Amino acid sequence: MRFAQICLRQFAVISLSVVFGTALLFWQASNNLSHGEGTASAADSLKAWDKIATVLENPRCLNCHQVNSPLQGDERRLHVPLVVRGEDNLGVPGMRCTTCHSQTGNNPTSSVPGAPHWSLAPLEMNWQGLSPGDICRQLRDPKKNGNRNAEKLVTHFAEDELVGWGWTPGKGRMPVAMPRAELTEHVKTWLAGGSECPK
Amino acid sequence: MITLNINGQNHDLDVEPEMPLLWVLRDRLNMTGTKFGCGVAQCGACTVHVDGESRRSCSTMVGDVVGSEITTIEGLDGKVAKAVQTAWQKLDVVQCGYCQSGQIMSAIALLSMIEKPTDADIDAGMEGNICRCGTYQRIRAAIHEAAKSLA
Amino acid sequence: MLKMRQADMPTSRRAFLKGAAVASATFVLGTFVPFGRFALAEGDAAAPKPVIDPNFFLRIDSDDTVTVLLKHLEMGQGVSTGLSTLVAEELDADWSKMRFDHGPNNPKVFNNLFFGSYIGTGGSTSMANSWTQMRQVGAAARAMFVAAAAKQWNVPAAEITVENSVLKHPSGKSARLGELVEAAMKEPVPQEIKLKEPKDWKYIGQKLPRLDTPGKTTGKAIFALDFRRPNMLVAMVARPPRFGGTAGKVDDAAARKIAGVVDVVQIPSGVAVLAKDTWAAMRGREALTIDWQLDKSEGRSSDEMLAEYRDLAGKPGLKADRRGDAAAALGNASDVHEAEFVFPFLAHAPMEPMNCVIELTKDGAEIWGGSQFQSIDDYAVSQVLGTTPDKIKIHTLLSGGSFGRRANAFADWAVEAAHIAKAIGGKAPVQLVWTREDDIKGGLYRPMVLHKLKAGLKDGRITGWQHAIVAKSILVGTPFEGMMVKDGVDATTVEGVAETPYQIENFAVDVHNAKTEVPVLWWRSVGHSHTAHVMETTMDELAGKAGQDPLAFRLSYLKEGAREAGVLKLAAEKAGWGKEMPAGTGQGIAMHHSFGSYVGMVAEVAAQEGGFKVSRIVAAVDVGIAINPDVIAAQVEGAIGFAMSAILRNRITFKDGVVEQGNFDDYEPTRMKEMPVVEVHLVTSAEPPSGIGEPGLPPLAPAIGNAIFAATGKRFRSLPFQGPISA
Repeated sequence: MRFAQICLRQFAVISLSVVFGTALLFWQASNNLSHGEGTASAADSLKAWDKIATVLENPRCLNCHQVNSPLQGDERRLHVPLVVRGEDNLGVPGMRCTTCHSQTGNNPTSSVPGAPHWSLAPLEMNWQGLSPGDICRQLRDPKKNGNRNAEKLVTHFAEDELVGWGWTPGKGRMPVAMPRAELTEHVKTWLAGGSECPK
Repeated sequence: MITLNINGQNHDLDVEPEMPLLWVLRDRLNMTGTKFGCGVAQCGACTVHVDGESRRSCSTMVGDVVGSEITTIEGLDGKVAKAVQTAWQKLDVVQCGYCQSGQIMSAIALLSMIEKPTDADIDAGMEGNICRCGTYQRIRAAIHEAAKSLA
Repeated sequence: MLKMRQADMPTSRRAFLKGAAVASATFVLGTFVPFGRFALAEGDAAAPKPVIDPNFFLRIDSDDTVTVLLKHLEMGQGVSTGLSTLVAEELDADWSKMRFDHGPNNPKVFNNLFFGSYIGTGGSTSMANSWTQMRQVGAAARAMFVAAAAKQWNVPAAEITVENSVLKHPSGKSARLGELVEAAMKEPVPQEIKLKEPKDWKYIGQKLPRLDTPGKTTGKAIFALDFRRPNMLVAMVARPPRFGGTAGKVDDAAARKIAGVVDVVQIPSGVAVLAKDTWAAMRGREALTIDWQLDKSEGRSSDEMLAEYRDLAGKPGLKADRRGDAAAALGNASDVHEAEFVFPFLAHAPMEPMNCVIELTKDGAEIWGGSQFQSIDDYAVSQVLGTTPDKIKIHTLLSGGSFGRRANAFADWAVEAAHIAKAIGGKAPVQLVWTREDDIKGGLYRPMVLHKLKAGLKDGRITGWQHAIVAKSILVGTPFEGMMVKDGVDATTVEGVAETPYQIENFAVDVHNAKTEVPVLWWRSVGHSHTAHVMETTMDELAGKAGQDPLAFRLSYLKEGAREAGVLKLAAEKAGWGKEMPAGTGQGIAMHHSFGSYVGMVAEVAAQEGGFKVSRIVAAVDVGIAINPDVIAAQVEGAIGFAMSAILRNRITFKDGVVEQGNFDDYEPTRMKEMPVVEVHLVTSAEPPSGIGEPGLPPLAPAIGNAIFAATGKRFRSLPFQGPISA
């Protein structure tokens, strides 16, 4: 039943996001971010995005860029126990992220993961059901990326501690395969080439 | 040496910062009201309050709660706590009782943030506390009862 | 495997589970004084020493506190309140002065009257076997206090009344129980005891507050895992990844380097790490490198075991029940209904994992733990230590649930602790702690079970019924074998199908005892946890095929006035059976008799995105005299909350012999949002009380399954109910 629930939920999310995604495609088509440092062509930018996308689809990233409840584990099951977003993306009274997750790091005894500002990504940063192109357009849109310009985006990928957790997720969780420095380079290239997004 | 403030009292402890709060409470301080149920933050039997919010002590490294106010079932005080414990007693919620310290701690945290929780608030806020005896119906009723008595 | 003291066990299963008549016969009041006196507060030099060995049911203190020593384990079922109610009723004690403690493992006093000379809690027998005995204890004590007062006041005993722990005489004289303790103890124990008439009951039948509630809502209650001894070491055991495996070469160098780790010892069940605290023991165990010997272990996956079960089901089995000629009757049927039901292995997963504290003494040991079958635990430990059970002192402590896990024919946790204590030469008290993973992966599961059946219908009536059950026997190879296994048929495998109360003329039940190293055990309601579901689902399906109302169809197969019919009708009435239900919702009905009690249920479910939601359960319960209606209601509510997990999702599965689940995330019990609204209605009855710890569970799954069918047309047979809901 749980599996069926997840499938249905995901189906609902996908159908919704197809609609939104299509709409976004039109009005955000020219919404590219200011170029960051360095030089790169639009083609380089697109190529870099493809590399970035492989990382974003990792459960370490995707599991918390969800609509209402995070997913859990490499198998991306619905979080057990079920937690919900709440008003501040940090859960609801009685079941806050911090009820279980430490702000300093993974728990070596219980294996419950932790990192600074552990939370669900804000709703406008949801990726569930979005195509790589949709995620790309979302990421370059300051209204949907936490008001980040190119420089701040690079910092986010290169230095943010919660993002960094993806490389040190603790026992039983697959870390992000691509080294962080390499990812950061791809982000820089993507931005320098005009933050191009696939259709 | 790590200093923890538990139930209003400072304890100097010679423990590693990674040691789970649960085992510091149970094995070092002999405060056994906080229970071990799963060890992985799935069941809520080990719930305590850290600065007023619920926290699973099995997954809390003591190094993280230095300087915080930790409250366990033994140190409950205040009108919300009293209302919850009274409601639990009035409705005879408990069966084996092993999970109930954690249930009570979570219920207090919930009622401290929502004065009059709905059934949906209770479903969401108490989701992390397992009762294998299945006393959920009475837990729900006792939370409503406590809210009523506090109104 | 224990082969022990079988001669002591009652030979008939009926006597074991249902022998109410045994109760009064075995109660020999003259052999002990039924109450003594506590020492007052410790350190009070003036406090009198306990004057008698506390091998008795009752202690009364000078401050009027009445302490009932329980012969049954309080594991949540409310037995501390129930037994104390019986004593308080006849003693006319003030309920607010009642307290309880667990009795010692003296089988001469604390035996379960349905278990012969064994102390044990199980089979929902606690209140039933104690019903007369505990009232006699209270009544005898009351008579002794009255006699003492009569002497002091120089008045006829018959003129003295007792109310709320106060004795009174019409002349105005009065005294509290506590004031008369010393005098009362000098009185002879009465040889004839008259119990109250039901009309005079003050407590029996009332909702009295539970005696264990205060401690359990303040964190003060001491469970087994909370018990501490000076210099105690905590032990954790690394066990083989497959059942039937053993430890070979052990490299413990890394484990011994962990701060707090004191010792590593090899024992039959694995390798134990002893440490100064639980956390150190945990980390020490993780650091072990063990070469496991798995040649003789169970290496199959669940689907391979199931394939073997299916193969067995097609062959003739052991005969568990025969009425008429089922095969011939099936031949005469116009429609033959065939069905298969699969039930997975299930872990009990009580909230408090297995544990105990053991300390070796000069000729035996003391154990502090949630002991449920003390007479098996003390014997098993005595075998490990090379002594006799009387040298093993068990201090029974509150336990955080059991559901059968602690009533253990192998005494696995106590035996393991004894081996560890022996291996370290008794140099320190040892607290054995199982983690949740140890519990989920550690076996003693409700067996995996396969049912296959054929039922013939003609003209709307059942012509015949052929039924095969395949499971590993719970009892073969245990001390209970002689009592409850006949000609290879384990009563706990077939109960609920064999001897069905439905009057079906041609009925045949075969059983096959499957073999596996996976250890199995009774799980709340034992065989009824699967048989009720098969019977009540099938009766529903047959009613459908016969075009009849499921309630009317069932009633037509029950004897006039049967208690089964009573609970069916009451549940139907209270639930509004047959009322119009909104689209996508439905009602389902089921009934089952187990452990002497009868429970009918109507479930209401709603189909919802990806599954179903159980919104309401109306239960009708016949337990005879209801000693405490609120505790009974709580047990039914709890059985429903417990069973929901097995209906929704729980299963223990094997991949190449390794258990695939490990903790509450992948063996997830029912949570708050899944709990239906439960209403419990009691049948008024003057029959002697029967148990309610288990009987609330069996009818739930079929009631829900039948309701899902009514709501959606989708028929779930196997448990858990998983898969798409649209038919």
